Amino acid sequence: MENFTPVSALIGGLLIGVAASMLLLLNGRIAGISGIAGGLLSPARGDVAWRLLFLAGLALGAALWRLVGPEPQAIALTGSLPTLIAGGLLVGFGTRLGGGCTSGHGVCGIARLSKRSITATAVFMASAFVTVFVVRHVFGG
Amino acid sequence: MMRLVVALSAGVIFGLGLGVSQMVDPAKVLGFLDLAGSWDPSLALVMGGALAVTLVAFRKRLRPERPVLAGRFELPTATALDARLLLGSALFGVGWGLVGLCPGPAVAGLAYGLPATMVFLAAMVAGMALARLIPKLPKPAARKPA
Repeated sequence: MENFTPVSALIGGLLIGVAASMLLLLNGRIAGISGIAGGLLSPARGDVAWRLLFLAGLALGAALWRLVGPEPQAIALTGSLPTLIAGGLLVGFGTRLGGGCTSGHGVCGIARLSKRSITATAVFMASAFVTVFVVRHVFGG
Repeated sequence: MMRLVVALSAGVIFGLGLGVSQMVDPAKVLGFLDLAGSWDPSLALVMGGALAVTLVAFRKRLRPERPVLAGRFELPTATALDARLLLGSALFGVGWGLVGLCPGPAVAGLAYGLPATMVFLAAMVAGMALARLIPKLPKPAARKPA
């Protein structure tokens, strides 16, 4: 557990909780990233700008932290091209079919005590655990 | 107008949270998903921290009757644990485990300007478009008395 960063994890989590609560209590919307992005594929009048701004904000917030946060900052996105494409397709397809992702089901849905979201979160966590185990410990070296 | 300001601000705070917690880094996320490796529980604390706030803020009893800036709360109404939910979530988990990215960190990761992020996002949008082709099964009609 040498990589465990409990303090920054907790602070980051609180910020995410504040953001999701703001969006719900002020705008009445669920901060589910896959739902917000997916809604852009069937654009309705007056329902596009807030989605784009929220998504732009995500990148801006991360960029802001890149500027002011402690060094060094880098991300490791190491998959091969076919892995990146397969992963992206599965994440996009799966989250829309399943009606949510880590934020919509995991953070917002569980907070509403939704049986669907609790189930979905358990299923995608389990499936991700198994996937990583197979990739790293069955096929990996 | 205010609603757009709120959407942007909430996005920025959310993105900041993903940055602070290092959840923008797929390697960090995979460290959590790799139970059999050198396990990094950080992601659980990120979710825990977020839920500590939302579990209170989302309580119906503690919420105002309607959102401050909108007519009503737009909340999901489905309650059934159907095949779409289970299959979709299982497939999402496979993709998440393959790359270490879920939708939020994938979008926030644009801040790092990696071509690989763009590839993943393009495939993710394509996957979302494909999911729209899967028809929703109609609700089973009430059985007529024989």
